[in-house]
Amino acid sequence: MEKKLPDVIKDLKEKYPRIEVSEQTITLSAEDLLPVMQELKENYGFNYLSNLTAADYPAEKKGKGDDNEAEDNGEMEVIYNLTSINENCFLTVKTRVSRKEPELPSVFPVWGGANWQEREVYDLFGIVFTGHPNLKRILLTDNFEGYPLRKDYQWVGGRK
Amino acid sequence: MLRTETYTMNFGPQHPATHGVFQVVLTLDGERIVKAEPVCGYLHRGIEKLAESRTYTQVIPYTDRLDYLAAMLQNWGYVLAVEKLMGIEVPERAEYLRVISGELSRLASHVLATGVYALDIGGVTGFLLCFRERERMMDLLEELTGSRMTLSYARIGGVADDVPEGWLDKLDKLMDDMPGYIDEYDGLITGNEIFQARTKHVGKLSPETAIDYSLSGPVLRGSGVNYDLRKAKPYSVYDRFDFEVPLGKNGDCFDRYYCRVCEMRQSVRIIKQAIEQIREIDGPIKAKVPKVLKPPKGDAYAEVESSKGIMGFYIVSDGTNKPYRVHVRRPSFINLGYLDEMCRGWLIADLVAILGSIDIVLGEVDC
Amino acid sequence: MEVTNDKGMPMPSELKRLVHFASLEKVLNVARAHSIWPLGFGLACCAIEALMGTNGPRYDLSRFGYEVMRPTPRQADVMVVAGTITHKSAPFVLRLWEQMAEPKWCIAVGSCAISGGPFVDSYFVVPGARELIPVDVYVPGCPPRPDAVIDGFLKLRAKILDPKVVEL
Repeated sequence: MEKKLPDVIKDLKEKYPRIEVSEQTITLSAEDLLPVMQELKENYGFNYLSNLTAADYPAEKKGKGDDNEAEDNGEMEVIYNLTSINENCFLTVKTRVSRKEPELPSVFPVWGGANWQEREVYDLFGIVFTGHPNLKRILLTDNFEGYPLRKDYQWVGGRK
Repeated sequence: MLRTETYTMNFGPQHPATHGVFQVVLTLDGERIVKAEPVCGYLHRGIEKLAESRTYTQVIPYTDRLDYLAAMLQNWGYVLAVEKLMGIEVPERAEYLRVISGELSRLASHVLATGVYALDIGGVTGFLLCFRERERMMDLLEELTGSRMTLSYARIGGVADDVPEGWLDKLDKLMDDMPGYIDEYDGLITGNEIFQARTKHVGKLSPETAIDYSLSGPVLRGSGVNYDLRKAKPYSVYDRFDFEVPLGKNGDCFDRYYCRVCEMRQSVRIIKQAIEQIREIDGPIKAKVPKVLKPPKGDAYAEVESSKGIMGFYIVSDGTNKPYRVHVRRPSFINLGYLDEMCRGWLIADLVAILGSIDIVLGEVDC
Repeated sequence: MEVTNDKGMPMPSELKRLVHFASLEKVLNVARAHSIWPLGFGLACCAIEALMGTNGPRYDLSRFGYEVMRPTPRQADVMVVAGTITHKSAPFVLRLWEQMAEPKWCIAVGSCAISGGPFVDSYFVVPGARELIPVDVYVPGCPPRPDAVIDGFLKLRAKILDPKVVEL
């Protein structure tokens, strides 16, 4: 399909009114994730998943007395960078999960390239991707405790 | 009653043919591979977490150590992302210097990949010949940047230093000699019967699978997909050079290897054109940037065509002088994702040929 | 001119060149020092410079007799730790060291193997090879030039020939 990026974004906004759009980015919620990704691959030709990563945005601490951990409503953001090889088009899709129960549907059924990248995000952040064929740690040791790239991870470095 | 059973064998982290500390747990039926499970992470140094406690310029030496064979291309990807975030424009002479040192790094990396692939298949002479050329290139890079391998030459807004006296002439002479040397490798390695018998029709990869699994670089182009970032989305001054993108036909190990040899010739072409064009250009080699870099809040993603594939950097800034999050999209890591299916049904010796043709660098796989 | 031996006894001049007396350990040390077989094992960037660059055509390690790189630890003499050791690879580095037969030595090449290098603050890096195994020679650099690695090998040779005099 010979569509330019602004047309693609406008089309998607009409079909899925809950998503937020900007010039080159679409932000959506976990329920819309799989349908929108399927649609982007089949109808709009985004056949190449270039990058899949995450970033941790913990909630800001409110004051000295407010140390209640149950009130942690911070979020983690997962970012997908998509490319259309035939039409030379680049799109960014973002979605957010809560830090308490980080769960997202896996996009492995759409692009096989998500396999190892989702395992890496699970290994370093702890986000569980449902529907992934083999979700286990890939870079760290199997019995490693904790998720290092989260902002509240404590460790002791080797500097003496 | 006779029956056969599969057994498990370790293609261990310490092995002369795994290009580093990389392990493949093989399930074998006789000598045929039934399942090959790659285990990486033996060199995971936590660069992404370390980058959060260093300033923006201090992260540049860490990016060298990712793909240590073609260090300039990594530096370039990182500073491209930071410049996109801050909206800095790089002066023209700096762009040409980046192209020259980047293509020289790519040549050095491909030369080593060719030599080491010959070593993996069994011929030590190829390795020694290729290292002779690599030493000449590293001499030139040392004169320019001060270091042979971990260059740290790119800076945010330009490059670190200008070329010394007579450097461009020496580079010109090397580029005149290179096509003769590449013909030598063609004759010795590519034309060798044993090499061809071990790599042709081995480890075939179809173009649809390659796109689906996000493979990039010579692995993707060896299957016939014409996607090279320098032509598809030209960054820096690549649109001013005239070069071709070599493509393979069958998607086997030989095509991936031969793509690299042809890319070497194209890199020589680019460098020769860049040398001619840079002699006319005078100017600063670094844009005016503040001493303490504080990019505005936001995020940016930039990609470059590295020697192994598409290298991407995703940077999030929170307004301070240290990055909030740096993620590196590593081509070798993603190219390995398909190793399991590519090896099924082949013999153990073919696993060595397939792994060598994907051309991985462990510093990049594990980050 | 009269030729005498160490104890001052006169002897024919050709014997001084042809016949030597020494303890068995000294003779064996001469043999060991001139044919050190490294273990073919490289971790990270230093391996490209230290192992491959030093064995390459310009900085030729076979001039000294040290180019025989054995892939199995049972047949190797020296373990060149070139690169960063992580918590995941520490058990197998130790295992390779224990599998090597005596006499064995260790050269730590590069700042990651000496003390953790630029990655010392990381959550997954072991700060230096000497946390795991006894190191004989340290070669600093990031990565060190192949000339420096050859210098490290020569210092190891001096140490093997006379373990009492260790040159700093």
